[in-house]
Amino acid sequence: MKSSILQTATNYLLPLLLLFSVFILLRGHYLPGGGFVGGLIAATAFVLHMFAHSAGETKKILRIHPGFLMPIGLSLAILSGFAPKVISGLPFLTGIWFSEPIPVLGLIGTALFFDTGVYLVVVGVSLTILFTISEGA
Amino acid sequence: MLIAILSGFVFAALLVFTGHMLKGKLSILSALIPVGLFTYFCSFIPEIAAGKTIYATYSWVPSMGVDLNFNLDGLALIFALMITGIGSLVFIYTSNYLKGDPYLDRFYGYLSMFMAAMLGLVLSDNLVAIFVFWELTSITSFFLIGYKNEDRDSRKAAMIALAVTGIGGMSLFAGVLIMGAVAGTYSFQEILSSGVVFQDHALYPIILFFVFGGAFTKSAQFPFHYWLPGAMRAPTPVSTYLHSATMVKAGIYILLRFTPALGNHAYWSDTLMLVGGITMVYTAYQALFRTDLKGVLAYSTIAALGILTFLIGMGTEAALLAAVVFILVHALYKATLFLVAGIIDHQTGTRDITKLRGLGKLMIPVAVASALAALSNSGIPPTFGFVGKDLIYESTLEMGSISILLTVAAIVTNVFLIYAGFAAGVRPFLGKLPPAFERVQMPSLLLWVPALLLGIASLFFGLFPGFIESALARPALASLGFGSFDFHLKLWHGFNTVFILSIVTMGAGLLLYFSLKPSHKLEAVIAKLEPISPKSLSVLAGRGFRQLSLLWTRLFQNGFLRYYVIVIMGFLVVLTGYNTLTETKFVIPDKAFEDITIYEVITLVIMIVSIGFTVFSSSRLAAVAALGVLGYAISLVFVFYSAPDLAMTQFSIDTLTVILFVLVLYRLPKYLKLSDLRSRVRDIILALVFGALITTLALEVLSEPIHRQTSEFYAENAYVLAKGKNVVNVILVDFRGIDTMVEITVLVIAAIGVFGLLKLRLKKSEVN
Repeated sequence: MKSSILQTATNYLLPLLLLFSVFILLRGHYLPGGGFVGGLIAATAFVLHMFAHSAGETKKILRIHPGFLMPIGLSLAILSGFAPKVISGLPFLTGIWFSEPIPVLGLIGTALFFDTGVYLVVVGVSLTILFTISEGA
Repeated sequence: MLIAILSGFVFAALLVFTGHMLKGKLSILSALIPVGLFTYFCSFIPEIAAGKTIYATYSWVPSMGVDLNFNLDGLALIFALMITGIGSLVFIYTSNYLKGDPYLDRFYGYLSMFMAAMLGLVLSDNLVAIFVFWELTSITSFFLIGYKNEDRDSRKAAMIALAVTGIGGMSLFAGVLIMGAVAGTYSFQEILSSGVVFQDHALYPIILFFVFGGAFTKSAQFPFHYWLPGAMRAPTPVSTYLHSATMVKAGIYILLRFTPALGNHAYWSDTLMLVGGITMVYTAYQALFRTDLKGVLAYSTIAALGILTFLIGMGTEAALLAAVVFILVHALYKATLFLVAGIIDHQTGTRDITKLRGLGKLMIPVAVASALAALSNSGIPPTFGFVGKDLIYESTLEMGSISILLTVAAIVTNVFLIYAGFAAGVRPFLGKLPPAFERVQMPSLLLWVPALLLGIASLFFGLFPGFIESALARPALASLGFGSFDFHLKLWHGFNTVFILSIVTMGAGLLLYFSLKPSHKLEAVIAKLEPISPKSLSVLAGRGFRQLSLLWTRLFQNGFLRYYVIVIMGFLVVLTGYNTLTETKFVIPDKAFEDITIYEVITLVIMIVSIGFTVFSSSRLAAVAALGVLGYAISLVFVFYSAPDLAMTQFSIDTLTVILFVLVLYRLPKYLKLSDLRSRVRDIILALVFGALITTLALEVLSEPIHRQTSEFYAENAYVLAKGKNVVNVILVDFRGIDTMVEITVLVIAAIGVFGLLKLRLKKSEVN
């Protein structure tokens, strides 16, 4: 049941939705949003693409198996926790920030890296489960 | 000092990468680590002997009061020297004993990790750190006992040892946590100086119960002793190091260490004297019936540990002095005997003492080492053992009304131990050499030199006990709180009661040795009692527990999702239902229904309709879609009550859930059979009750006065401390970051689980 309208639409929607999910991730510290919701939106974007095309094609776009995003995200979160320990000897997961805000992104701190870790884990987990189930059984 | 303790761990980690270089002839270089540490700790002897203690502190988890504080006092020094000294010899010995073993590097890794853990245990001042190192010794000893992992018995012995000492470890943990809670600090020095009197505290018996649980399992006291003979499956260097000289003395160490805090109370003394007394007499008696060289040594080791527990229980100055000296005496002679047993096994290929005879002609230095150890074990002058035995009798004679009983118990044990020492240490070297052993060769230097060194040490300290007295025994007693105790270690005390008792013991022991020949018949006699031994009973208990858990699993893990849901809901209803019915006092405010807007009403209608559709639909996909609608309606409610973060998350989660359901259900056939009336009625009742319960709880929560401290703290500090304006997000990534970290870890585990369940198939070779 392939619909060429949906296929064409998702080709454009996928990048837009991914951009949107990153936007949600970045604004999270000041406005509603964050890594968890952002990750879910990104996962939904891929799932939409998967419905329009096929799991195989979506995987091709991803290039790597989504499972690899999980350890990457977890490590990022853990590293962001250890960063304050290494840099200024503060306890695990203390938030530290760059003193000057960066254009577009705003003030960058360990929390953003932590949230990005959450984002990657959520994308990895959702897509791993969905791909596995859609292929399996 | 931290570096000294960690060096073993670091070395083990390095071996992972460089191990292949240390497998061959270079393996002896591994011994540089313990030798270096031994030298390092020896350098502290003058300071410790002068009455100082060395304290080093490293912050670890300050927020929980857990620090790496190391305290080197007299008691710790004795253990540190034993661990590194005997460790050095064992490392050297191993390089030849396991020559050509493909995993020699791994063995050295385990051994040095064990050494480091043991050093950490005896040097730590913090109770929690003591527990951590204690567990590390159990874990590393598991690897060492099960080193020959292709041997089924070896694996089983390792499991039993881990189970017994592991449970003991948990028990010790409970004990030290309660001690810490009572005293308000986990630092043992602070506990001592704070003047907390545990003995008067209501929790004192419970603390004792847990601490004893740890100490008795580790030090193989009756009825937990059975893991130690089993652990003799390990290669002999392990038995020498862990199961005679160091690890099994960890329990003794804990008891000694805690004596100033917990001792001097009837519960403490009576339990220890009773358990130690039973252990020493029972296992020394058991040793008479063994024909395996290491079996004899294992049982006599347990008996020695029993003697130590017994002495600590007496708790007098003389008894503690005897305990401290006997720890050294025993470590020296028992390690020698184990090394010798290993040499015999290595050269002849058997450990059966009924067969081993006449080896003295073939390996004179080994025979000398062994004889010295057997003499020290028997307490025959001028060995160090004589000094130790005298002290034991001196202390039992001091005990007033029960002194006769205690002295007799000590004499009986010692008589049996003399037999064990001679049977294992002298008998194999005397007599006529059987033809089978005529080609047995002299062992390598690396094997007999460590044994001989230890044997000579037994003799040397017997001739010159003054060194032990001033350098080790006096500071050790000072750290037990008997700084002013006046004593002198001497070989010759004059012709007195103690001397007569020593002569009687020696005579009886030698008489026993000459009259009782080890034989398999005797061993068979004692084997008949096996069904009621603690080992068999605990194996039975273990089997029973496995049956119970099977039953339990079949009952609750039946694989039907509907029953899981019923159990969960039913359990909650039963658990909280009664309380909710009787205690609920919620009031619905008068104006509750006045502010309702049209949007809310519409959303509510949508929700009710979708619930009805879900329940009554005859298509799975339609039901799932209706559930999705319900989820979206709920996220609308979140929007109305200004929780945009929650709404967004709920919305995305619901989308994904529906997709997931569709993916699964798409492949299923149509409903083959709808549920029957009985199960429908059951489900309706359960659903209504559960729904009513949750509604009541929600209303109850609303009618409670709201405590705003927490939410106000977050709202006020989100920007100040965490530079964020979205409080929800700041809580997730900053204030409660560890929670989030754990949550995403759980997510990952769940995803791996799904992947594993659906994707991984057993290969044909893996079925059964």
